[in-house]
Amino acid sequence: MAVIVDEKNRVVVQGITGYQGSYHSVAMREFGTNVVAGTRPGKGGIEVNGIPVYDSVREAVEFKKADTSCIFVPAPGCKDAALEAIDAGISTIVIVSEHVPVLDAIQIVSLGNSKGVTIIGPNCPGLASPGKAKVGILPSKIFLKGSVGVVSKSGTLTYEIVNALTERRLGQSTCVGIGGDRVTGTSFIDILKLFEKDRVTKRIVLVGEIGGTAEEEAAKYIMKNITKPVVAYIAGRTAPPGKRMGHAGAIIARGRGTAESKIKALEAANVKVARIPTDVPDLLDRE
Amino acid sequence: MKLFEYMSKAVLRKHGIPVPDGFVVSSADQIRKITGPVMVKAQVLIGGRGKAGGIKPAENVDEARRVAGTILGMNIGGYTTKEVLVEHRLDVARELYLGITIDRSNRSLLIMASPDGGVDIESVPEERILMLPVNPLIGYQSFVGRRVASFLGLPPEQSSQIVSICQHLYQLAVEEDAELAEINPLVITKDGKVIAGDAKVTIDSDALFRHKEYESLPEDLTPLELKAKQLDIAFVQLEGNIGVIANGAGLTMATLDSINMFGGKAGVFLDLGGTDNPEKVKKAVLLMAEANPKVILLNIFGGITKCDTVAKGVIEANLEKKIAVPFVARIKGVNEEIARDMLRDEGMIPASGLSEAAELASKESLR
Repeated sequence: MAVIVDEKNRVVVQGITGYQGSYHSVAMREFGTNVVAGTRPGKGGIEVNGIPVYDSVREAVEFKKADTSCIFVPAPGCKDAALEAIDAGISTIVIVSEHVPVLDAIQIVSLGNSKGVTIIGPNCPGLASPGKAKVGILPSKIFLKGSVGVVSKSGTLTYEIVNALTERRLGQSTCVGIGGDRVTGTSFIDILKLFEKDRVTKRIVLVGEIGGTAEEEAAKYIMKNITKPVVAYIAGRTAPPGKRMGHAGAIIARGRGTAESKIKALEAANVKVARIPTDVPDLLDRE
Repeated sequence: MKLFEYMSKAVLRKHGIPVPDGFVVSSADQIRKITGPVMVKAQVLIGGRGKAGGIKPAENVDEARRVAGTILGMNIGGYTTKEVLVEHRLDVARELYLGITIDRSNRSLLIMASPDGGVDIESVPEERILMLPVNPLIGYQSFVGRRVASFLGLPPEQSSQIVSICQHLYQLAVEEDAELAEINPLVITKDGKVIAGDAKVTIDSDALFRHKEYESLPEDLTPLELKAKQLDIAFVQLEGNIGVIANGAGLTMATLDSINMFGGKAGVFLDLGGTDNPEKVKKAVLLMAEANPKVILLNIFGGITKCDTVAKGVIEANLEKKIAVPFVARIKGVNEEIARDMLRDEGMIPASGLSEAAELASKESLR
């Protein structure tokens, strides 16, 4: 078992003709993902790396039974692409595109949620279930099949931590990058819920960062509902208030969203919090 | 992108929210005529203007010029005042607060209102603030505005004005891609009119592609900040002396945290985003050299690109502009051993892990 994606998902890559879409459709396929189609309006009928391209998601669903979409469409067209996927009946959408306007994200997520669609992102690396499939841009070689579930707001920091886990032979069940924007389709809590139910997942790693209150909300949820051991890392302990640290969401505003507040909340929920990312495997080993 | 008060008020006016009549000048002699008492207000993108002496009343043209002369050029919280807004003075009976912003947890827009306006909303107790998320699938409805009016405890003639302002404020947020639109104070005048005393609008910078009208607006950026912006690199000036370049916000922050654990302090934060594009790495190294840190720490976790290609970019940057300070580089991914050898040959300090890199950079910075 794994959460959200495995070898059964039938993936359509929206924006497959671009550099990223083209490169990662092959990388996904090599990881085991069943990439069945790509889309690019106006380019229907061609193939990219042996993957058939359609004009619309609707056709990819009709002819190739696509049920999962991975979106690489640049921000100005991202809302349209995501709403098209929802309209076509896609049930899981991973939005890799970055710099999506926050009001577009709100519209995508609210419509998706109202139709029971799982939306990961925007501005996320996607997710990977080692030995089964990945949807997104996570580098394949860092993963090892195993029983640690990883959920993270970050991209490259997730790779750093997964890599550290793999070096210590702590394999992963599924690793989900939910994205660092202010509004994302899937929250820590959504993924924690799935990890708790998943039989393969034995331990959980949560990677958060400053800004917002998602980590505090996750801590409350863990206290009441999660029985599996959780280890966390929060990036931005040393970030000054009022400065936006790269991610749109990573800002300590109005005294809220500090690392201290998040670490305190997590520790109160019996979560071990690492001081630096490379300490995560040590703490996990002790669980 | 934060808009100055006068621009924010122009946006409010465009969307049908009452604002006082006024005009902007960049020198005192541009004030030629005023009708009645005015306020002269420094246009800077920072709070606390009033306390700093950046907001003053004037009764006639001569006084307005004199006051403007003292405010123009004034340094307020590190910002130089380049323009003042000369504005009709309101007869204030009450000051309220009204704003709209992004509600991250509810994934929606959020209307905020308080009867305690004119002060920093942070200092207002929570039970005195009404927070109403607006369901994005339904959009603004009048009942939301009526709830705001009733919370503010206003008589009917002003309630109807509040309902209208709430509706316009929501429209403004949606149409202008405003991530924040704040009216503080929202003034009730002695003759019963509801009007925006001050305004703060922030446009979502990710939405500027569909708002070309904001692109040419002046921004208070240092030359380095401007360069970084053009390269699509997140640049943050900090207090320490280690220049950190990393790819991805989380990883860059984690690098800062790790440095801190070894006693070092970051002075510049450069986040390339989730890319390991060698050209972008090279440009970032060149930009960092201009920021004059005592030590440079490069931490790249590679995805698509091979480490030796990234290292080549770093070396090219060094050839273009010799880096005179210790350069600690950690590039993780395919061919990392080759990359390490290349960097060592260039006199740089290669590191294999995040902790090691942080430790080396901190040591160098404390020498």
